[in-house]
Amino acid sequence: MIRIAIALLSGGLFGGGLAFSGMADPARVQSFLDLFGNWDPTLAFVMAGAIVPMAFAWVIQARLSRPIADAQFHVPATSTLDRPLAVGAVLFGLGWGISGLCPGPAVADLGVAPMAVLPFIAAMFAGMIAHRFTSKPN
Amino acid sequence: MIPGFPNAMPTEGFIGGLIIGLAAAIMLLGLGRIAGVSGLAARAAGIADTGPPRAVAIAFIAGLPLGAFIMARGVGDVTVQFPASIWPLVIGGLMVGYGTRLGSGCTSGHGVCGLSRLSRRSVVATGLFIASGFAAVALLRIGGIL
Repeated sequence: MIRIAIALLSGGLFGGGLAFSGMADPARVQSFLDLFGNWDPTLAFVMAGAIVPMAFAWVIQARLSRPIADAQFHVPATSTLDRPLAVGAVLFGLGWGISGLCPGPAVADLGVAPMAVLPFIAAMFAGMIAHRFTSKPN
Repeated sequence: MIPGFPNAMPTEGFIGGLIIGLAAAIMLLGLGRIAGVSGLAARAAGIADTGPPRAVAIAFIAGLPLGAFIMARGVGDVTVQFPASIWPLVIGGLMVGYGTRLGSGCTSGHGVCGLSRLSRRSVVATGLFIASGFAAVALLRIGGIL
């Protein structure tokens, strides 16, 4: 129960922060990616702001043996640079530029403009399912 | 306001960013998990086999629209402008869904959580998806679509 509450609090703050920062707006995000048009640097300020608390959190994490509400940390251990990482990031970036949406703002927009974001959400899950059926089972 | 960029919101952006970072910090120190939306969305939908218990993923994913809704009600100035055509949403959505699963993360997981940890994979992924985003919008401009 405490885990559900922590996850809901984290998700809620995350969605609120996205909305406050202007990042729930696909047009603003796309403007950040529009170097040769009406460039809007806001996204860079959001990233800078988000990295500050997280950098502190990683310093604290390194000194803890476990998180507050679980027996261990579940942090990715791989550091290998491979083709799926690169191809996936490029595909994601192209889709991000085309639509102005990435998963966080898209899901958050279900609380602000649900009908407008629905086609993206449906396509995004279709893409995730397509990946599941085309990737090797692990 | 930044001279030359009348639409930029540096203050709101930075404060909103701090809130996002705090949210991710709560996820890490509270549950020991990366606040990566693509992975958690896939887990919540039953598409991913790894990750936190599904109920945890569902709670986080449900929090996103809830938080945005409350912010929009409270602050009252959350404007969103979507593409006029449905095609950028459908094509972009497919690429974002497939790409984030293949590349193990998106702006939140690689961008916020990975960069702040100086993860080699996340630094490379973030560089690639931002560069690809620049390229996609430039191509839209060249093609006269934007």
